[in-house]
Amino acid sequence: MAAPVSKTRLAYYPGCSQSGTAAEYDISTRACCAALGVELVDVPDWTCCGSTPAHTVDHHLAGALAARNLRQAETTGCERTTTPCPSCLAALRTASHHLQQADYRANVEELLGGPAPQQSTAVSVLQVLLEDVGPEAIAAAVKRPLAGLRVVPYYGCIMNRPPELMAFDDPENPTAMDRLLAACGAEIVDSPFKTECCGAAFAMPRLDMMQRLSARLLNMAQDCGADCIAVACPLCQMNLDLRQGQVSSASGRGYALPVPYFTQLMGLALGLPAVNLGLGKLVVGLEPALKAAAERERERKADAEAKAAAKLAAKPADKTAPKPGTEEATPCA
Amino acid sequence: MHNSGQLPGQSPTRTVDLAAVRDTSFQAAVARESGQKLVSCYQCGNCTAGCAYTQNYDIPVHKVMRLVQLGDREAALSCRSLWLCATCQACTTRCPNNIDVARVMDVLRHMARRAGYAPEPAVKTFTDGFLASVARHGRVFEVGLAAVFALKGGKPLQDAGLGPAMLSRGKLALFPHEPEGNGKAEVAAIFERFYAKQAKGSE
Repeated sequence: MAAPVSKTRLAYYPGCSQSGTAAEYDISTRACCAALGVELVDVPDWTCCGSTPAHTVDHHLAGALAARNLRQAETTGCERTTTPCPSCLAALRTASHHLQQADYRANVEELLGGPAPQQSTAVSVLQVLLEDVGPEAIAAAVKRPLAGLRVVPYYGCIMNRPPELMAFDDPENPTAMDRLLAACGAEIVDSPFKTECCGAAFAMPRLDMMQRLSARLLNMAQDCGADCIAVACPLCQMNLDLRQGQVSSASGRGYALPVPYFTQLMGLALGLPAVNLGLGKLVVGLEPALKAAAERERERKADAEAKAAAKLAAKPADKTAPKPGTEEATPCA
Repeated sequence: MHNSGQLPGQSPTRTVDLAAVRDTSFQAAVARESGQKLVSCYQCGNCTAGCAYTQNYDIPVHKVMRLVQLGDREAALSCRSLWLCATCQACTTRCPNNIDVARVMDVLRHMARRAGYAPEPAVKTFTDGFLASVARHGRVFEVGLAAVFALKGGKPLQDAGLGPAMLSRGKLALFPHEPEGNGKAEVAAIFERFYAKQAKGSE
């Protein structure tokens, strides 16, 4: 067993979805971090961050719900807290940002019933894997490259926005997942809807809006020839995977696009057992995509071998026929 | 009606008596609660251009910003757009004057709630259900929320078809995963203080 490639220790805030509908995001995050030497210390007794519903009702309520978790994270002694979920991340970062203002802090602490932390840093698991571990170290740890797998990385709206608050990657053309999955050997398919909204939490109250927005993403990925869409957000994943049939019934287009978390793909490349990655929890199974990728890779290799063999066969002729400096006479490969 | 290039459902051009609609305390309150310099909006429309939800809005977001500038409290707070914004942050990210537009929408939504507007009742029901779940369990209990929404949201069978796929993949947790320590009680206390403060504020 090779030594872990990096040594990083962070407080880990899983978030509510990751203990329910997005369990595979939590499972695969833990598996990848363990394999890459990132130590995750669970935030003890964590509670809901407030997510979108809290901030749409009241900013101090949202601040108090998030600040309670920042306070819990502080007890781990880690300098930074990481979470896989962009909505949790936005809640934690928004709270720590506004807690620098005295009147906001006073209001939040009143609701919290005690002091809120002075300084907290929350970062996404994506950022940790990109910046603390890095594509080079990941490429070196890859055991089963995702060769031939055409992946459209989809970032969703708030992983990088607003840029002043999230302070990571590019808000219009993020590439963190592109870089990590390319390091895993995948073929990254460029798609223009990297940060377009999927319909977020409107699937329940306004199914029509979610259907319209997620259809755009699925159509685009399909048109780009993707085998799968890699995601980093449990809400995006649910809309695109679990609700793919609902989207299809509205758009009139059939889809069979798997929507794995980027950590699941990375775990596969690192050679981790499928059971440790929660692959069985995806509604649209990943196997056909992996088979198509393997087939494509086999064809590519056979093609390359045939070309090499043809070149080799042509070599004796190269030596006898043309004289040096008469490239024009070289037969076409 | 739709001869001016507007999308279906969006309000036609209307005549406004600027002096009559101007509510200066409303203007000041939005500026204070959002922390934004609202006068710097010059109506370029970049926020609306990138808004994924604008075709569902009754008033596009740049016009909401204009209503706030005009101090037209009633028009701003009664619009459906406030409830259909997903806080996707495209507007905030792309505003050339660095206005946190999504935060302004948030603040208007808070005010609309306090004033009793609910033009998108299903959205309000979902939000209230989510927060009630958090207040009760310390974490959101997804299956419980879905069940409550199915009962109260008026579309009981909308997501019934998702059940089997979720059940067979172990995604239907039938019991909430509650925090192991004092977390549940502490979150309940945060909500109690919040509702008490709100009740006091509206007296």
